This record gives sequence, C-alpha cells and structure tokens, in this order.
Amino acid sequence: MTATLEPTPGQTVGPFFHYALPYDGGAHLVPPGTPGAVRLHGTVYDGAGVPVPDALLEIRQADAAGATPRVEGSLARDGRFTGWGRAATDAGGRYAFTTVAPGGVRGGAAFFAVTVFARGLLDRLFTRAYLPGESDAFLAGLAPEDAATLQVVRDEAGDLRFDVHLQGERETVFLAYPRHRA
Amino acid sequence: MLTTTSTSTAPALVPQEQVTAEITEAHAATPPGAAQPRIDFPPYRSSVLRHPTKDLRHADPEGIELVAPVFGHSDVDPVEADLTIQHGGDPIGERMVVTGRVLDGDGRPVRHQLVEIWQANAGGRYIHKRDQHPAAIDPNFTGVGRCLTDADGNYRFTTIKPGPYPWRNHHNAWRPAHIHFSLFGTEFTQRLVTQMYFPGDPLFALDPIYQSITEQSARDRLVATYDHDVTTHEWATGYRWDIVLTGTHATPLEATFDDQDGEDHR
Repeated sequence: MTATLEPTPGQTVGPFFHYALPYDGGAHLVPPGTPGAVRLHGTVYDGAGVPVPDALLEIRQADAAGATPRVEGSLARDGRFTGWGRAATDAGGRYAFTTVAPGGVRGGAAFFAVTVFARGLLDRLFTRAYLPGESDAFLAGLAPEDAATLQVVRDEAGDLRFDVHLQGERETVFLAYPRHRA
Repeated sequence: MLTTTSTSTAPALVPQEQVTAEITEAHAATPPGAAQPRIDFPPYRSSVLRHPTKDLRHADPEGIELVAPVFGHSDVDPVEADLTIQHGGDPIGERMVVTGRVLDGDGRPVRHQLVEIWQANAGGRYIHKRDQHPAAIDPNFTGVGRCLTDADGNYRFTTIKPGPYPWRNHHNAWRPAHIHFSLFGTEFTQRLVTQMYFPGDPLFALDPIYQSITEQSARDRLVATYDHDVTTHEWATGYRWDIVLTGTHATPLEATFDDQDGEDHR
C-alpha cells in the first residue's frame, strides 16, 4: 500500500493572475439571456470592509435538476453546461456569474460550492453558498450569525447575492474537508 | 526625532531586517509540522486584512464537492504547453522544460486534469498593467500556459526561466523566481493554487510568501529539482517538480479498479 504522501503547500494566487486564469466566458455557465438564467453576484471584502479588487472566485454546482455535470468544456463551453465557472473581481471587488440555480444533489440542500483566491490570501478558501430557504445538518449546526454568512440572498432584481467577507464582523464561514492538513 | 518626517500619506516601507525578524518570530510561534502556509502571516503585509480569523469549519464533502470539473482536449490545445512559441519570435532567457507528476495524497496519479501556469519573463516582468517594475517587457513572451496531465498524471511545459522581481512589501523586497501553478484533482475539494521555486535561490530566507510555510520540509516541497535527464542537448535545461494534492474520499478499492482498467473516467 502506498503511504499517505505529504501535500504540496498552497501559495497566494498573487496580484498578476488576471491575464492567466480569467478567460472569455469563464463567468457564464450558461449564456446570458438563457431562460431560467440567474446572476450570482457579490462583493469580496477585507477585514476593514474594503472591497478586494484582486480576488478570484470559482463555483462548482449541480444543474437545476440536481444532476452533477461530468462533461468537459468548461474553458470552451460550446453550449455545454459543465457546472463550473471562474470570475475575477473588478475594481470594486465585485464578481458575477451567469448561471442557473442549482438543485440539491440526491435530496441534499442546494448550494454552490465556492473557492476563493486573492492576493494576500496565502491559500485558497472553500465555502458554500446555500440557496435561499435551503438548509442541512451542516448549516443548522452553525450559530445563526455564522450560518447567515453562507446564505444567498435574493435581491430586488431577482438575482442571487453572495458577499464574501475574508475577515471582520461578518467573516464568512470557510470550510476544511476531511483529509485536509493544516 | 527618530520617527519619519515624511509628509506622504503612504507609510515608509520597513527594512528587510525588520521583516526577517518578524518571519523568525512567526516561525518560533508556530508549532512544528505545519503542512500548509500560515494564512495570518504579518510579514506578508497584504495578508493582514485578508485572512479569516476563525477556524475553518469541518464539513463532510457532499454531492457536487466530490466531483471535479472535467477538462478535455476541446478545452486545451497541446501547443498551450509551450510558452516559447506563442509569438512571432523566440523569447529572451533560459529556455527550460518543467515537468512532473500530479498525485493525490494516496499516491494515485491525477489523470487528464487541467494544469495552468503563469509567470514573469526572464527580466522579472509580468505582462500585467499593474506590474510597474521597470524591467523590459518581452514581446515574445506572455508567460501563460496550460496542459492536461496524461494517463499517468504527468504534466510538461516548455518555458523561459522567470527572473526575480521587486514587490514593495517592504523596502528592497524581492520575490524569489517562481512559476504560479493552478491544479485540479478528481474532487472539487482538492483544488490547489501554489508556486514552484528553483533550487538554491538566495532570496528564500528573505521572502515572506515562501516563508509563510513555517516548516522547512514543507517549504522544500515547493522547490523543483534540476534534472539533467530532462535537460536536452543544445535546447533547454530541465526541472522536475511533483505535486501532491490532498487525498480523495474515494476508497482504495475504487482506486484499484481505476488503475486496472487503465483509461480515464471522464
């Protein structure tokens, strides 16, 4: 049997990823204007409440019926829904995806799995963005103020808003999964 | 007065000696054995307001988190693995091959997954509007590459050795030469962004980003090895760097079946 290998440590994505990681259409999991499409958008804030202009978010999600896509084409979508997207924040710290609201997988709560990268952030962070009204044992196990940081809000435009607070009073709950080593 | 009399609103940059002392202090305050960087690492000034202060919450991965996005040959052109042929002429600098294997924590190859890299040119300059380092831009080098790992988890890039560059974290702050790597495993929970460094870099001890990994053996895992068998005659030097992602939640039995039937499960 192979012994467990030591993991390669993470490092910050740095300030100069913009011409490497973001790509045309990366934030459009479905084409804008698609029936049923929603905008998932928000702002990334630092501990002083200042928007972070050099952050990057990735999402992984089920389709509207709760099915998990396993098809290639996330970089060259060609009309395929692959359930993954990437968006950099703009000068105001804002990001936005065009996508569909995911269904819950196998009866679970519906959420977007989210990864956050930023200059100044020495390793990626995982979190979840639960659709309005959704809950599960994990979310229910958090203090209400913590659970609130993982809940997507439907805004006045009908879009889905999910802000990320890297630090501060409304600090987002970030996740570690089994087998992650700190 | 010993304090600064500058009228500028920008605080004066502290000297390297102070940052080095802060690095030493942070290392001493961290228990041994840490596998990952400290995300609260004050010597890296940008980290101060951008790290979570609460412990990460342990979650069992569910549904969508257990499956990575799939990338294939429709996404990545094989020529994207050669950063030296993206323009009309040859880039300036030391041509080199960087290759290695991507494995999961159980030693299984991570097959057919996307590897992305980005880097400065030989002069330490990025093609990025916010990089104001007064080094030459190389019109024949963008510094961005992609490839897919093969059926045995191997990746391979041809590129130019990047130069070190100054970055204003403190006075006379210089980053060791490095290549940024972005990696996917077979699960969303294995996502990794990191940096590969070069052996023997004199800037290692001075760099707060590299030193944010407080354990020497863990830092060593970010340093490539010069490999003369990868070096090619009159063409390119060669470096080897293997990458280990976290373990998956797949059982070893499933892995055995994966290994035996040989082909990918895209």
